[in-house]
Formats: sequence, C-alpha cells, structure tokens
Amino acid sequence: MSQLIWNGLFVGSFYALIALGYSMVYGIIKLLNFAHGDIYMLGAFFSFVVLGGMSGLLGIGSIPVLLLVMLIAMLFTGFMGVFIERVAYRPLRGSPRLSVLITAVGVSFTLEYAVRQIFGPNPEVFPIRLSGTPITILGARITLPQVVLMIVAALLMFGLQRYIMHTREGRAMRAIALDQTASLLMGVNVNKVISRTFFIGSALAGAAGVMAAAYYGSIDFLMGFVIGLKAFTAAVIGGIGNIYGAMLGGLVLGLLESFGTHLFGGEWRDVFAFGFLILFLTFRPTGILGERVTERV
Amino acid sequence: MTTDSTRLHAPAPFIDRAPQPSGILAPNTFMKTLGAVCFVTALVLPFISATPYLISILTSAFIYIVLAMGLNVVVGYAGLLDLGYIAFMAVGAYTSGILTTRFGFSMLETIPFVVVACIIAGVIIGGPTLRLRTDYLAIVTLGFGEIVRITANNLTVTGGPTGIHGIPTWSFFGWSFADGVTIGGLYFNSKILFYYFVLVVGVGGAVVAAARLGKGKMGRAWKSIRDDEDVSEAMGINGYRTKLMAYVIGAIWGGFAGTLMGAHLTAISPNSFLFLYSALVLMAVVLGGMASTPGVIIGALFVSLAPEFLREFSEWRFLLFGLLLVVTMVFRPKGIWPENAVLPFLKKRQVPAHEPVGATGPVAEPEEAS
Repeated sequence: MSQLIWNGLFVGSFYALIALGYSMVYGIIKLLNFAHGDIYMLGAFFSFVVLGGMSGLLGIGSIPVLLLVMLIAMLFTGFMGVFIERVAYRPLRGSPRLSVLITAVGVSFTLEYAVRQIFGPNPEVFPIRLSGTPITILGARITLPQVVLMIVAALLMFGLQRYIMHTREGRAMRAIALDQTASLLMGVNVNKVISRTFFIGSALAGAAGVMAAAYYGSIDFLMGFVIGLKAFTAAVIGGIGNIYGAMLGGLVLGLLESFGTHLFGGEWRDVFAFGFLILFLTFRPTGILGERVTERV
Repeated sequence: MTTDSTRLHAPAPFIDRAPQPSGILAPNTFMKTLGAVCFVTALVLPFISATPYLISILTSAFIYIVLAMGLNVVVGYAGLLDLGYIAFMAVGAYTSGILTTRFGFSMLETIPFVVVACIIAGVIIGGPTLRLRTDYLAIVTLGFGEIVRITANNLTVTGGPTGIHGIPTWSFFGWSFADGVTIGGLYFNSKILFYYFVLVVGVGGAVVAAARLGKGKMGRAWKSIRDDEDVSEAMGINGYRTKLMAYVIGAIWGGFAGTLMGAHLTAISPNSFLFLYSALVLMAVVLGGMASTPGVIIGALFVSLAPEFLREFSEWRFLLFGLLLVVTMVFRPKGIWPENAVLPFLKKRQVPAHEPVGATGPVAEPEEAS
C-alpha cells in the first residue's frame, strides 16, 4: 500500500513537471503544445550527448554531475522552446486555432523524426543509471536517487511558484493569461513574456527528461509521445492553466496510475490514464482546481 | 389551392446577375470532366500494366483516399482536429476481421456491424468532448487512438500483438473475388477485381458521397460551425449535434476504409494502427487542402505513393512530412489546392462593367475595417 503511494508520488512528480509547461503555455496563449512531450525527449537526448562528450572530464555516475548536466540541458531545451515558438507558433498567432494545432503536430513530428534520423530508431542506453540500495520506510522501498529526484522536482516547482506569484515578470505572465490585449495596452511586452513562458516550460520538461533518462536508463525518440499525453491528462485533472492544478494533477495521476496498475495489470496502465482523461472531461472538465471559465466571443 | 401559391417567393433580383459560364471550360463542368477522365484512366490502367506490385500500391493509395476523405469531413468541413483517426480504421478492420475469421461472416455481411461499431466509438469519444473546446477533442482523440491500439494488443479476441491473419477478400452471396472471373477471354484475378472494387465503391462511391455531403445542407452547417461557431449557433444551427454528426460520419468512413484495408492486406496487427498513420492521413488532408476534394485526393496520393516512387527518400519521409506540415501551415495554410480554388485558365463569371447599384440607407453602411 505505502509502496503504491510512493511509486505514484514519484512518477507523479515527473508528470507534474511536464504538466506545468503544458499548463503555462495553455494558460497564456491557449495553445495545446503537442511538441511539449518531445521537448522532454530532447532534454534526455541532449544530456545523453553531453555525457558522452564529457565523461572523461567529469567522471560518471554521481548525482552532482547529473545535476550539472541537467542544468545545461534545461538551458538547451529552454532555448529550443523559444526557437520553436518563434519559428512555428508566432507567425500563426492570429490564425484559426486549427492551424496552430496542426502546426504543433507538425513540430512534434519533426522533432521526433529528426532525433530518429540522428540517433537511429533503437533505444539508447543512458550512461548514468541511478540505482541505490533501497531503504524500507513504512513498508515502502525507497532509494536515495528517488528521493533526490523528487526533491529536485519539488525545488523546481517551488522556484516556479515563487517566480510566477511573486515577481514582476510573473505578474506580467498572469496578466497576459487574463487579457492579452489589455496587458499590451498597459505596456507589457507580450512577445517577450510569451517567449519567456516557453523557455521556462521547456526547461522544466527538459529537466524531467534528464531525470527520467537517468532513472530508467534508456531513451528513445518516441519516449515523449505518451508522456506528453499523460502530462496533458495531469494538467486537465488539476485544472488547465492553473500551476497548482498542474502539480496536484500530476501527483493525482501518478497515484491513480499506480493503483490502477496494481488492480488491472501493467499492460492497461496507459488505457487507465486516458480513460481517466475522458471521464474527467465528461464530468468535470475544469479539473479539480479549475474554475468555470466563460469563453468570450 | 396548390401549396405552390401559398409559398413565399424570393423577390426578384435587384440587378441582373451575369450568367454562369458554360462549356467545357466552365469550372464546374471542367472539374467533373477531369474527375471522370481520371476515373476512366484508373479503370483502364490494369489493361496497360497489371503487375501485382502496381495494383497493390494503387489499391492502398485508393484506400488512403477513402480515409482522407473521411478525415476531411471531420477536419476540413467541421474544423475538428482528430489525431486518432486511424483508431476508427482499427475498429472497422478488427470488427470485420473478427467476424469473418471467427464467425464465418462474409465481408459484405460485416458492414452493418462495422458501421454500428464505428458509430458507437464515435459517440463515446465525441459525445463528452465535443461539448468542450475543440482543442480538447484533439488530445482526447490522440488518447483514444492509443486506447484502441493497446486494447487490441492486450485482448485475446483480437489476437494480441500478432493480430488477425487470413482475412478473406470480399465476397457477395457466395461468390468471392478469390474465384476470379473471365470476361471475353480475359482472366481477372482476385487482386485486380479487388482493385476495381476499391476504385468503384471506395473512390467512386465514398469520395463522391463525402464531397456531396459537404455541399449539402449538412455540409454548409459544418462549414459555418468551422468558420464561426457562435454566429452559426445564433443562426439556429445546433453546434453540438452538427459536430457530432461530422465526427460520426468521419468514423464510418474510417471504419469502411478499415474493412477494405483488412481485406487488402489479409492480416492486421496493432502495429498497423500507430499514431504515425493518423498523422499521415492528417498530412494528406492538410497538405492537399482542407475541405477541398481534389486537394485531399492529391494529398492522399502523394502521402501514400511518394515513398514507393522515391525509395531513398522513404527513410526521411516522416521528418520531411513533419516539416512540410509546419511550412504549409505558416506559408500556405489552405494547402496545395485550396477549397473553392479555380484553375487560372478556366472561365470566370463575367462581372458587369456598369457601376454597381448600391443600396443606400442604414443597411448598407460601409463596414468598419477592424
């Protein structure tokens, strides 16, 4: 029982990290960024390359090295996110929503198959594999890396919360989410804030990618597809557009999956999660924390 | 008293409109003739070259056209992004595959079951999500595609990861394509008969039906929902029901294409229904031109035939298709052959040279540029 809860919280913290980026972008420009899961995949592959190049320099396998690589990868994926926004989404800012969605699918496809062309279709083995001797706490087997990764995830989310709720830039983001035109009139540089949002969201996804790669030990070009869907589910469960909702939704989805897997078997895990997505959309489309939003014409 | 005299008649037009152009170069006549010529070319093609390879890839391409026309109803006409379209193909292919291989149905008899299964699947997915914002539908359909694939992978009735083998070809009341037929000393084998079947029923029937649906009352409702949902609801169109209708009709087309594909390949497995293929069909619609019948046909032919003709390119095609999708959306969002496009050399309706007689008064205030 406590093992299930622990597993759920652990996986859930990854979902929450990715869901945050989804939710922030959606909150600000109402775009479902399908490429978000692929940014996670890019983070994993980028750190794979960096580790391959630097292994002689730094030594391998320690958590500090991993954290350093994670920071570099976060910068890289952050700029990647800004680049994608600039090239693919900004020209379409005024277009119908369908065009932007299709572009997002195209971007996702491009990223996936570009990585496939470079690294090949087969999974790569990640050079760092975090594994430790498990300690038993309240009947749950917990390893040190798991604890570290969860702490890192929690720190990132805490930093993001401070940033959005307590800084000038964060206030600009929230203002744009409320009313883009009005904030433009009030002197907010809308394009800059949107770029910054993409940077932060993509950096968080990249961090999650590095951590997941180090934890599971293998990466492939399609690894972001399902996780992107799951993160969206998490964002919807929590209430999309709401950062607390994304965090809560990630943890709830992790727990639901953990118990669902226990009850129905591992092969039904994804079906279970998407089934929940459909249930939530049917009965509570605003999510746990979301408020009813009236759409203006 | 006849009902005719009680009817309200539209007032006579204020000005005389120029007559529609006629002759072979009139846009409507020309497109119909062009379509007929292409159809006849496809009909005589097996007499020119009937290698099994050519027949096989053309049959696949035609099935892609049926699929793309079905998705066009959803994406092009109604403006709903469906990213799990291949799931309906899977529903169709598995329903007909299971009924033929395990229960001894003939392909024709499975069609009612396929249609019902697709309607149920369409309502399950569309029902709850179409009330919400349309972009939720995109991601729910993506999830639905995965659910269908994983379910097919895990159940025993669908044959698990190996899928279903030995799906028979189409047969009608005891006579099957596998028997072959000899007409005037020419022997038609089952593959060629199936090619003709897909061409006539799929491309000739399903494509024309979808295109005409798009022009009818329902189609105009779809397009108005696509262009502005709030305004069309104010005009009395039930947005939810109209969108659900588009979704279900798209599902039926997908299921029908699935039965064709199952019979064509004789075996199906969960790996035939990856997200990749949903994206390919979407690309056919988007690259060709959303809501444009000739565009969608060109797009489907391009997506399905390009890897066959450019072998070296087949490794790179997914990357290129992804890039093309972005580039198309940014630079030519209406696709290669946009909806309502008229070829430049065709006759246009002559606009009268005299000054337009403008109505005056409050109804005809010049529109503010917004």
